[in-house]
Amino acid sequence: MPELSNRERMAIPRHEMPAQAPHERIRNFDEVALGYTWELAREEAERCLQCAKPRCVDGCPVGVLIPQFIRALRMGDMAGAVKTMQEKNNLPAICGRVCPQETQCEANCVLAKKGQAVAIGRLERFVGDFELREHTSRAQPGPPTGRKVAVIGSGPAGLTCAVDLAKLGHKVVIFESLHLPGGVLIYGIPEFRLPKSIIRAELESAVTNLGIEIRTDHVIGNTYTIDELLNEYDAVFMGTGAGLPSFMRIPGVNLNGVMSANEFLTRVNLMKGYRFPEYDTPVKVGRRVAVIGAGNVAMDAARSALRLQHMRSAQDGEPPGEVHIVYRRSRHEVPAREEEFHHAEEEGVIFDFLTNPIAILGNEKGEVCGLRCIRMELGEPDASGRRSPVPIAGSEFEMAMDTVIFALGTSPNPIVFNNAVGLERTRHGTVVADPETGRTLKPGVWAGGDVVTGAATVISAMGAGKRAAADIHRFLSDEKLFNVG
Amino acid sequence: MYTILEKQRLSDAIVLMVVQAPHVARNARAGQFVIVIADEQGERIPLTIADHDRQAGTITLVIQEIGKSTKQMGQMAAGDAFHSVAGPLGHPTEIAAYGTVACVAGGVGIAPMYPIARALKEAGNHVISIIGARNQSLLFWEDRMRSVSDELIVCTDDGSYGRKGVVTVPLKELLETRADEIKKVWAIGPTIMMKFVSLTTKPFGVETIVSLNTIMIDGTGMCGGCRVPMIDGARFVCVDGPEFDGHLVDWDGLLSRMQFYRNEEQLAVQRWERLRETPTHECHLDKVVPLRR
Ligand SMILES: Cc1cc2nc3c(=O)[nH]c(=O)nc-3n(C[C@H](O)[C@H](O)[C@H](O)COP(=O)(O)OP(=O)(O)OC[C@H]3O[C@@H](n4cnc5c(N)ncnc54)[C@H](O)[C@@H]3O)c2cc1C
Ligand code: FES
Repeated sequence: MPELSNRERMAIPRHEMPAQAPHERIRNFDEVALGYTWELAREEAERCLQCAKPRCVDGCPVGVLIPQFIRALRMGDMAGAVKTMQEKNNLPAICGRVCPQETQCEANCVLAKKGQAVAIGRLERFVGDFELREHTSRAQPGPPTGRKVAVIGSGPAGLTCAVDLAKLGHKVVIFESLHLPGGVLIYGIPEFRLPKSIIRAELESAVTNLGIEIRTDHVIGNTYTIDELLNEYDAVFMGTGAGLPSFMRIPGVNLNGVMSANEFLTRVNLMKGYRFPEYDTPVKVGRRVAVIGAGNVAMDAARSALRLQHMRSAQDGEPPGEVHIVYRRSRHEVPAREEEFHHAEEEGVIFDFLTNPIAILGNEKGEVCGLRCIRMELGEPDASGRRSPVPIAGSEFEMAMDTVIFALGTSPNPIVFNNAVGLERTRHGTVVADPETGRTLKPGVWAGGDVVTGAATVISAMGAGKRAAADIHRFLSDEKLFNVG
Repeated sequence: MYTILEKQRLSDAIVLMVVQAPHVARNARAGQFVIVIADEQGERIPLTIADHDRQAGTITLVIQEIGKSTKQMGQMAAGDAFHSVAGPLGHPTEIAAYGTVACVAGGVGIAPMYPIARALKEAGNHVISIIGARNQSLLFWEDRMRSVSDELIVCTDDGSYGRKGVVTVPLKELLETRADEIKKVWAIGPTIMMKFVSLTTKPFGVETIVSLNTIMIDGTGMCGGCRVPMIDGARFVCVDGPEFDGHLVDWDGLLSRMQFYRNEEQLAVQRWERLRETPTHECHLDKVVPLRR
């Protein structure tokens, strides 16, 4: 293809990604977004202006070399695109699917002003998926250093840290409390958004190519304490995430039919509850479901509930029911990824904005039968600059509901802190760690990801895992530091 | 591999298994539990650690076959292996020298009570144990309990063995005659039994510890599915428990929560039994509607 002029590039419209049609996908758990074809990816890549000072890169928490990988892609050099990507990001197939690109790289794209940012995330996914199929570059462990590192938790933070350390030649063992590794990627984010096969492939490569050992069913804090690990390993990285759910302090939260999004999604994803009774773990959704909150977790819960309703309806012939998202702020403040909001809307999730629950109503059997809410309006901007919602007096009303799912944010998983003397925590329960290095106040212990930041994003967890790996490597390689520590 | 090294039938619907799980055995203490998955399709089932052997790297589980998963586990034999065993989980029992204590156990609860009674005895307490079951055939470990108790009362609901009646009857007599002497009571058994033990001890003001066995998923504090309503708000049984002050538990709220998946549990049992009888028969129970309440 001849080199296009910038004017010609700007004339190409942003390409949508093919997707399963809404009326079909609500009856299955298969992936919704199907990915670019080669032609679409090439054409989308042609849209990049290759800015001399690319601002998109500043928007990426791990600094992916965006113009370079896009350039390689459009030249047809896929192996080069993969290599460029891997310099900064080991998990492009995952990040391409779950990163909030519209507030990160794509927000900074010069074409974004017209709503026509280069679809960097979709291209990233294309490169990642290519590599999963073609294996152009196999990760290799470095020459053995004789040092051993224990990584606690196998989510994006732990996995990234482990992979980087193994590439540098350190022996890495990952301890995971669940029976399957992957963290939120495996237990939280549903199949229709992030197929499990992708995570399995990434984990397999870590194990077979890099010799990383993964010990599942190990609950650190109980099975071993951090101090016990320190006796055996030269360094410890904590990537234990933030999964402890919170419930609103309103009447009725212990009624049957009220659950956390984590419980609901764990039943559906990790335990494959949508295939009960073939799989043993049941999951129940009522005819009328309210999901409280509007982040990614809420979207995932709402869309999973909707699918279960439609699958049931296909069996019993009854109407599927309704799924509501109840959110106290307005559309403008919705924290979920744009694509998830859009998909949820397309699928028929009903959004009750500026609405806050004040009580869950129960019947005589102790089951949920309704939700009492109050209407809200946006008041003055608060310290964070967001306009805070205030209740409108006298606007209370009730909705019939039989399932209420809380998706309100989470705090760090508690068990790892058992007997962890010297590990300082904030009043939110997160670990105090240097944001640049991941060092905690306990010698020999690093931390990163949601356990430090509170619930955040996959890419920020990966970035933290990477920075910690670099610092752990510095520590393990520096005889002076190492022997003191 | 979490291989079953030994299997023993304790009663009609209760089996004991010694399982290879060195990572659990190394730190296990009385009162803690594990989460076990039978096979790849399995659910995560909490089971109390009834005993452990650090040297051999084994734990002992006592399983009552009630639901699909526990019935399936009951069919597994020595040499078979569980898909997953994670733990130890929960806080261990607080063992101290209290003086005279009562250990009240019903049915399968006798198994987890045994290591607690043993530890209490070793700590120098005068241990009075009351064990009970619906009938004689469901009773086990009388000898073991006797070996760690200073006094032992055995009862059956139908009077087929020991005293006739439920465990709260001798407990109440004990409190009426020796309330000042008894410093603390432990109760493990069916939820309804623990409720009535707590109600029995309450008027006497004797602290009562119960070990709750709610529905769990992860068992590590990540889902809240195990939460128990208490007088002062909910707690997560897997990380805050499993032992709680029985006088603070909202028993009716808890009993109601434990019923939530009853229909699904029945469906799973029926399907499993059907599949076991005729393994080649195509099971249409899959097609019935599992998700509706
Ligand atoms: C439903 C849902 C949807 C999301 N959607 C998005 C999205 O679209 N985009 C995005 O960027 N982010 C999303 N997030 C957030 C993102 O998943 C997290 O920020 C990210 O996974 C954090 O990574 P982590 O490695 O810090 O922790 P986690 O992924 O939480 O992994 C922690 C791991 O540690 C294990 N662990 C915990 N305690 C112990 C212990 N004591 N011993 C051993 N192991 C332990 C846990 O079992 C878990 O496997 C979503 C989160 C959820 C819940
Ligand atoms: S079982 Fe999930 S929080 Fe207790």
